[in-house]
Amino acid sequence: MTDASIPQVQIEIRDVTMAYGANVIQRDLNFTINRGDIFVIMGGSGCGKSTLLKHMLGLIPPSSGDVLYDGKSFFQASAAEQGAMRQRWGITYQSGGLFSAMTLEQNIALPLELYTQYTPVEIADIVAYKLALVGLAGYQTYYPSAISGGMQKRAALARAIALDPDILFFDEPSAGLDPISSRLLDELIVQIKESMGATVVMVTHELPSIFAIATNSVYLDNISRTMIAYGNPTELRDHSPQPVVRQFLTRAAAAAIEDKP
Amino acid sequence: MNSQPPEYQLSDEGSAASSLVLSGDWIQGQDPANFSQLKSELSSVSPTSLTADGSSLGAWDSELMDFLLQCHDYCRAQEIAFATRNMPQGIEKLLAVATAVEARPQPGQDSPSRPLSFNPLHALHDAIGDLQESLAFTGEVTIALARLARGKANTRLSDFKKFCYQAGPDAFAIISLTSVLVGMILGYLGAVQLQQLGAGIYVANLVVIGMLREMGVLMTAVVMAGRTGAAYAAQLGTMQTNDEIDAITTMGISPVEFLVLPRMLALIVIMPLLTIYANLLGIIGGGIVAGGLGISPLQYMLQGETALAFNHVLVGLLKSLVFATLIAVAGCRAGMNSGRSSSAVGQAATNAVVTALVYLIVADAAINILFQQLGL
Repeated sequence: MTDASIPQVQIEIRDVTMAYGANVIQRDLNFTINRGDIFVIMGGSGCGKSTLLKHMLGLIPPSSGDVLYDGKSFFQASAAEQGAMRQRWGITYQSGGLFSAMTLEQNIALPLELYTQYTPVEIADIVAYKLALVGLAGYQTYYPSAISGGMQKRAALARAIALDPDILFFDEPSAGLDPISSRLLDELIVQIKESMGATVVMVTHELPSIFAIATNSVYLDNISRTMIAYGNPTELRDHSPQPVVRQFLTRAAAAAIEDKP
Repeated sequence: MNSQPPEYQLSDEGSAASSLVLSGDWIQGQDPANFSQLKSELSSVSPTSLTADGSSLGAWDSELMDFLLQCHDYCRAQEIAFATRNMPQGIEKLLAVATAVEARPQPGQDSPSRPLSFNPLHALHDAIGDLQESLAFTGEVTIALARLARGKANTRLSDFKKFCYQAGPDAFAIISLTSVLVGMILGYLGAVQLQQLGAGIYVANLVVIGMLREMGVLMTAVVMAGRTGAAYAAQLGTMQTNDEIDAITTMGISPVEFLVLPRMLALIVIMPLLTIYANLLGIIGGGIVAGGLGISPLQYMLQGETALAFNHVLVGLLKSLVFATLIAVAGCRAGMNSGRSSSAVGQAATNAVVTALVYLIVADAAINILFQQLGL
């Protein structure tokens, strides 16, 4: 997709190859994510979606290639610049990633205490507001282990949006949730994204979520070990030249395809 | 129920084609047919095609499927055409499913599992890897400490206080018990020897010097390595499994500053205090033994005072600072480098205690030799 509006590009994945030791998971990944997109990274289990997200978050450097934010390489930036970039991100992890030794209030207050000049009273107010946004008003003093999995995911979302980030990353936000909670979470993501104008990057293989909210996507194939589709998921479903992608998106019986572990 | 043992009959059908007629009940509880026997028969016949015939087959379960799959794999490897005829429909379907995906080549590239045998080279390799990891970790901690000294580190006072409490007051009971008993053990050990020389009163000197210089601090360190060092490893390891450490990193906070420093500093502050407490109780323990030998508490105290020198106290406290650092480094490093599974967290805790104990003994010996040379 060579669009004329290049300044819109916010994140660029350039020649990224991911490998564990000699075992290459994905190679030659090249794509861009535009400002304001809800971008979905999809693919079958074990194709490296979560690993790609870890590269994008700078947790593990890729075997080769680079990730650029607003044209600036993350892995070549200094520690201070990396810290500044990270302050503009909000992230929820597959297992939530809430700090289990802290209450929900302390969890959400932590980034505010670190990066803002608010007084403790103001922070308490902001925490109450963020918890109310995700439907958890009044749960300030609960520990993550005392609430359900769906509530943990929402609390993690509240922490991710604590600093009104530019980019939101979600690793399988609705995995393990029932269809209703999962839909509510999707709606919540769209609402928050629209009201804050953030870019959303999501790893998921939940088809309803993908069609409901994604504006752009990339498909990582675990047989050819590279990306084989890039574009709006609805268009990919109807017009992708790759049968694998159409099958994935229509959940068709995998007659011609073997799902390798 | 009368079931027949499983049997097969390999017969030549002419023009290098063989048939394998299966009969009997191929079920669990029957003596299984031996595939290696068939293999040697096949290799002596070396047919170009093999057809498994199920017309006289009785009952069957996975036992038969296993046998057929081995036949299939062997035939594929030897380039023999394998076919079935007159088989129950279920067998045909299962065989089709089982052979649909080719087996992954056996030498797995991504997870080379290590045999359960001792190899000194591996052990050495592991030890060097551990040492490198420790050094790298110590470097990170040093950088974080430098940032803390300049007031730039994300280390929270509330965390520090919490860990001080966990390492200190929470440990009082067990430290009390061990130090009184160690003091008594020292007392008995000395009493038996010294009384033979009529020098029973010198038990006081032995206990005071022994506790202050050596046993008080070493026993405290051993207890803290098992109690606090392992707890640090388990806490940090669990946070690793739960993506919490990733969450801290991507919040732009250094996990070393945020998680390791408060734990380490708490232990460094608390250990000398616990050591003083342990020394006191140990000396009291020795006094109890001395009382049993007919030495009055006053005599014990006066005699003990003659042995009490400031440098003994100082040696013990200096050791406690070194030991606290070593325990915290061993525990936190094991936790931070833990894998992301529950077994990895257990391993991290074990690793923390073992490494800490080795460090403690080596450091204690080194410090003793150093002070011996310095004449302290």
